[in-house]
Amino acid sequence: MKVRYFAWMKRTVGVAEEEVILPAHVRTVGELVEWLRARSGGHAEALAAGAAFGAAVDQRTATFDVLLADAKEVAFFPPFTGG
Amino acid sequence: MTVRVQEADFDIGAELDRLTNGNRRIGGLAVFVGLVREMHTRDGLHRERIEALTLEHYPGMTEKALEEIEAEARRRWTLEATLIVHRYGRLEAGDRIVLVAVGSPHRDAAFEACEFLVDWLKTKAPFWKLEETPVGEKWVEAHEGDDAAAARWASKP
Repeated sequence: MKVRYFAWMKRTVGVAEEEVILPAHVRTVGELVEWLRARSGGHAEALAAGAAFGAAVDQRTATFDVLLADAKEVAFFPPFTGG
Repeated sequence: MTVRVQEADFDIGAELDRLTNGNRRIGGLAVFVGLVREMHTRDGLHRERIEALTLEHYPGMTEKALEEIEAEARRRWTLEATLIVHRYGRLEAGDRIVLVAVGSPHRDAAFEACEFLVDWLKTKAPFWKLEETPVGEKWVEAHEGDDAAAARWASKP
């Protein structure tokens, strides 16, 4: 599965995207966040519990209880500031 | 019924001509154009100008999100034509960022749907602004006012 990061989260994590193979116990977006935090200091900081960020599963906005199922791409990003 | 995300500028007159061309059921066309506003940041005692920003987006998801917002406007109002053009990349103060145009038989629907589209795209489309300040780059933070503006459409009309 591909994990992507945008805006300041990309800089904090240090990569724009990465391929991961999920262990069986990671089933939801929230569980993915917890699992990713252990990958590096940058991950832990970007995905910290108090940080304001959202997620998308296969390019649709998703809450942390959404199941990953057979998702190909999960993205994390700060609140949107377009327009 | 058109959504475009592009780096290039757009020609407002040409866009509106194309949008309404041949459709005689349109009685009113409401248009919103968003521009990069010159802003100021305070760094200690100095007040510095921010003259440019870079818009990042999520290719693929951006188009889907804008199409969903457009579809929602069409469910809520009787619309003959809709257009959203949003730019990304580096933009300077005064540059156009976004064009939203809505054509309808009557002006009320056009005005309302146009405002709805702008409110929703600010909070539901994956764009992020990075400002160039004299002391370095700074990510723009989301405004609570934008969330409130989007939320007021939750149960309307």
